[in-house]
Amino acid sequence: MGSLSGHSAALNRVAGNLDSPIHRLDPRAKLLGLLGLVVVAVSTPLGAWPVFVACALALAAVAALAAVSPAQLWSRSRLVLALVLAVALVVPLTRTGGAAHQLGPLTVHGDGLTVLATVAAKSAIGVVAAVLLAATTPFPSLLQGLAALRVPRVLVLIAALMYRYAFVVVDEVGRMRTALAARAYRPRNPLQAAALGKLAAGLFLRAHARAERVHVAMLARGYDGTMPAPAPLSPGPADAIFVVALLAAAVPLRVALGLGQ
Amino acid sequence: MSCTIHARGLEYRYPDGQPALRGIDLEVRHGERVAVLGPNGAGKTTLMLHLNGTLRGAGSLEVAGVEVGPKTLPELRARVGLVFQDPDDQLFMPTVGEDVTFGPRNLGLDRERAADRAAEALRAVRMSGAMDRAPHQLSMGERRRVAIATVLAMEPRLLVLDEPSANLDPRARRELLAVLDSLAGTMLVTTHDLPLAAQLCERAVILDGGRIAADGPCGDLLGDPELLAAHDLELPAGFDLAELLGAQVSR
Repeated sequence: MGSLSGHSAALNRVAGNLDSPIHRLDPRAKLLGLLGLVVVAVSTPLGAWPVFVACALALAAVAALAAVSPAQLWSRSRLVLALVLAVALVVPLTRTGGAAHQLGPLTVHGDGLTVLATVAAKSAIGVVAAVLLAATTPFPSLLQGLAALRVPRVLVLIAALMYRYAFVVVDEVGRMRTALAARAYRPRNPLQAAALGKLAAGLFLRAHARAERVHVAMLARGYDGTMPAPAPLSPGPADAIFVVALLAAAVPLRVALGLGQ
Repeated sequence: MSCTIHARGLEYRYPDGQPALRGIDLEVRHGERVAVLGPNGAGKTTLMLHLNGTLRGAGSLEVAGVEVGPKTLPELRARVGLVFQDPDDQLFMPTVGEDVTFGPRNLGLDRERAADRAAEALRAVRMSGAMDRAPHQLSMGERRRVAIATVLAMEPRLLVLDEPSANLDPRARRELLAVLDSLAGTMLVTTHDLPLAAQLCERAVILDGGRIAADGPCGDLLGDPELLAAHDLELPAGFDLAELLGAQVSR
């Protein structure tokens, strides 16, 4: 149980030097800059290495300024990256074209390898950008930034509620697992896993009942369907400089490739 | 000042037809602290949810000078502060500060005045340093006190607390009691915690089976073991009610 809640805490905890220039930026600057970088990377055609290198260098500079260590980046990225790469590894075997190499009983195709490398580069840039955003911006200010960027209030509220109740739900899962383990539940074959399905159903019912109680409590404090406006942000020159500097290399390189591709 | 709660023949059935309240007559005067005691399923929480119009049954109910009805809901919710049993239900925002300003902002206060109210409410519950903390970082006792602050910040005329001492360790319970005792104003506390009722409230009402079974000075009701036993209530073994009430008088 401890490991589970520790995990969710690690995913949300701010890292690096909390007083760094990056941590102190307006959350909107970080949202727009990093999102811009990800859009550039994702929209780039296969094998356009200079663009990926420019994105990676920009991210490395942000990480260095924020004093977020490569170890922290890796420990937070690997969950998502491992999943994406596991799927992408099949591509060189199935996509034909280019030079073919024999790898034991498997045939690896050159075009497939290019796809694999491009997918790996794009997903690494996307995940590391998201991890850096989360590591340098406390979640409440991220929400404040989203609201200030005119993201619909209801979406921001949903994100806020998910963040708040993720901890509550994780605690509930932990207690239910402890209760199962306390009665010597150790699934050894798939049939015994049925208890986990019941746990999931129980969790859904509890979450549903809690949602009703939260809503009643919100109404009791005068909630009428609209959230109060969040506190305004005050951007400074540093925020504009950050966005421009972050995209300074990647955007021109991407544009040079032609937007039609 | 007139009555804060004025209920006549209040009746309520759950959607499945089971009766929860069967004709409640209750008068609570301004400034009174009343404990609502009773076994589980007696209708305590149902009664509490009537006080701000969350549930509406038959009969007449006037709370804080407002007739309870669909048209008066906004007014009613500004005047009646409900503190729910599980603080995780009440604290839904990412930070304590945002949560405590939520109510005042809904009342139409601007950001600065809402922040002033929040600071004052957090001071009243002795949680001044918690403004930027997340609810999940707080202990159960701290969460309970912050939940009370979220309601105090609305400056309600009636404060209603559902099982405020549930799931608290002795120290957190003592701190909560001190905070509640320091608050002025009309208070209705539903609880099984009879010592808490004795220390906090001068009057008690026993609710059982959706009816009011007894209503009188807290010391009289709690000093009647037969009455308590008839409604599945009991003081902790070895509890000295006289000493506690003596302490209350000398205070």
